[in-house]
Amino acid sequence: MKNEMAVEFLSVSENESFARVTVGAFISQLDPTMDELTEIKTVVSEAVTNSIIHGYNNEPNHQVFIKCIIHEGEIELVIKDNGVGIGDVEEARQPLYTSKPDLERSGMGFTIIENFMDTIEVISNPGEGTTVHMTKQLINSKTVCK
Amino acid sequence: MGLSAEFQVKDEVLIVRLSGELDHHEAEELRDKWKEEIYKHGIKHVILNLEAVSFMDSSGLGVVLGRYKEVLQLGGEMVVCSISPPIRRLFEMSGLFKIIRLEESEQFALETLGVAS
Repeated sequence: MKNEMAVEFLSVSENESFARVTVGAFISQLDPTMDELTEIKTVVSEAVTNSIIHGYNNEPNHQVFIKCIIHEGEIELVIKDNGVGIGDVEEARQPLYTSKPDLERSGMGFTIIENFMDTIEVISNPGEGTTVHMTKQLINSKTVCK
Repeated sequence: MGLSAEFQVKDEVLIVRLSGELDHHEAEELRDKWKEEIYKHGIKHVILNLEAVSFMDSSGLGVVLGRYKEVLQLGGEMVVCSISPPIRRLFEMSGLFKIIRLEESEQFALETLGVAS
């Protein structure tokens, strides 16, 4: 079975929990384990927070976009903003790296995403926004399909 | 569902009990309250009880790390207790257990800091 949803919302921090709960509700039709559900919700929270804090510099009047596709137990998740973009993606993905140390950021966002997802691709250029494309195969569904 | 924070002082120890979801949205308000509690009571150590925290992300790690640095400045120690497996993984992933001690319960954490209840 293939299914898909898309949602867009304002870049306000209240929507971080809205985003992860929404994606969590959508993927629940794949019957994920509690761990898998927590991992997906954490990843959504990280990427959306990045868009709000870094992409849009905490300005509340922009849009964040999420697309989620599920297909045979695989989750494909795209989180996108039209913000300032990232000059050096490799540097941004380093553990503990943060461009905003004054804001008490841990610098662990991308590292957590890498740990919780199977693949992650970050497409970004200064001034052109950032798209984070991720996939994850759920363990349960994989064994059922085989 | 939001986050609520309860603070209690025992001798030189500030106990911080969180419940709910700790993300970027909740982190900023928590940071201000937590900082105020540290300096208002002249405490030295912090025990962070995460038993009722149902969700946490890297923004939560940032707040914990920030308070750890303040406690270190005061010559104290930070101890985390009652941590759930998902949050434990986040702490492990970011190496926080190298600087923040983990104990099973709040009671045990208090004893290791020399506070009798």
